[in-house]
Amino acid sequence: MFTLYKTYCPIVGPFDPCNPILEKTYSTPPNLYIGFQPPNLPQFTPLEALRAGTLWKPFYDPYYNPFEEAKGGLPR
Amino acid sequence: MWIYEKKLQYPVRVSTCNPMLARYLVEQYGGADGELSAALRYLNQRYSIPDKVIGLLTDIGTEEFAHLEMIATMIYKLTKDATPEMMKAAGLGDHYAIHDNALYYANSSGVPWTASYIQAKGDPIADLYEDIAAEEKARATYQWIINLSDDPDLNDGLRFLRQREIIHSQRFREAVEILKDEQGKKKFF
Repeated sequence: MFTLYKTYCPIVGPFDPCNPILEKTYSTPPNLYIGFQPPNLPQFTPLEALRAGTLWKPFYDPYYNPFEEAKGGLPR
Repeated sequence: MWIYEKKLQYPVRVSTCNPMLARYLVEQYGGADGELSAALRYLNQRYSIPDKVIGLLTDIGTEEFAHLEMIATMIYKLTKDATPEMMKAAGLGDHYAIHDNALYYANSSGVPWTASYIQAKGDPIADLYEDIAAEEKARATYQWIINLSDDPDLNDGLRFLRQREIIHSQRFREAVEILKDEQGKKKFF
């Protein structure tokens, strides 16, 4: 399944002093995949676009911190 | 020449007086991958780059100043009525000693902005690759600031700015595609 966030599992040592993070996530935004923008991509309405920060739906990739996500931040 | 429109590119709302957050945000004001570096980098590189992409650098460089203005507004609002005590508690005591509550082009560790943050190599591909890298670094910086922030109104503005970094990176990548396009298109190899 295609996703804009990838994960990996860092090594957990037996004597790590901090509580280990088992899974790390990093962002891979849409600009990495689309190449030269093809014609006729789906658009937001002008009003939506002003809020989203882009006119083009395939380029929209909002970022929320875990606190916001817990409160039901919009889906990634 | 520029025409100034007396409004922000995106509304800036701040819920609480929070100098600590201002301190983190300053990274995007006078940091290596901040908006000032971005604006000056692009507007300077455009003199020695093929005609086809000059306009792109002008447009994006100009928009970076609009972002700088948003960041400035955020920092100003976060510290406007902060007392010396509050500034000290946020680790901004030394900033207060020099600047009062004024804004200054420094990074979040207080290191003043320097021109060595930006480069103009005269080679179009080298310059555009630097620009792409700068956009991705700025995007990452916005992510980390959003992670540090507990101000939903502020995060809304930061999310907008991060989205713009993605679009700028996309456009620089397209500029590279334009410049590497085979001239005349009669491919033999």
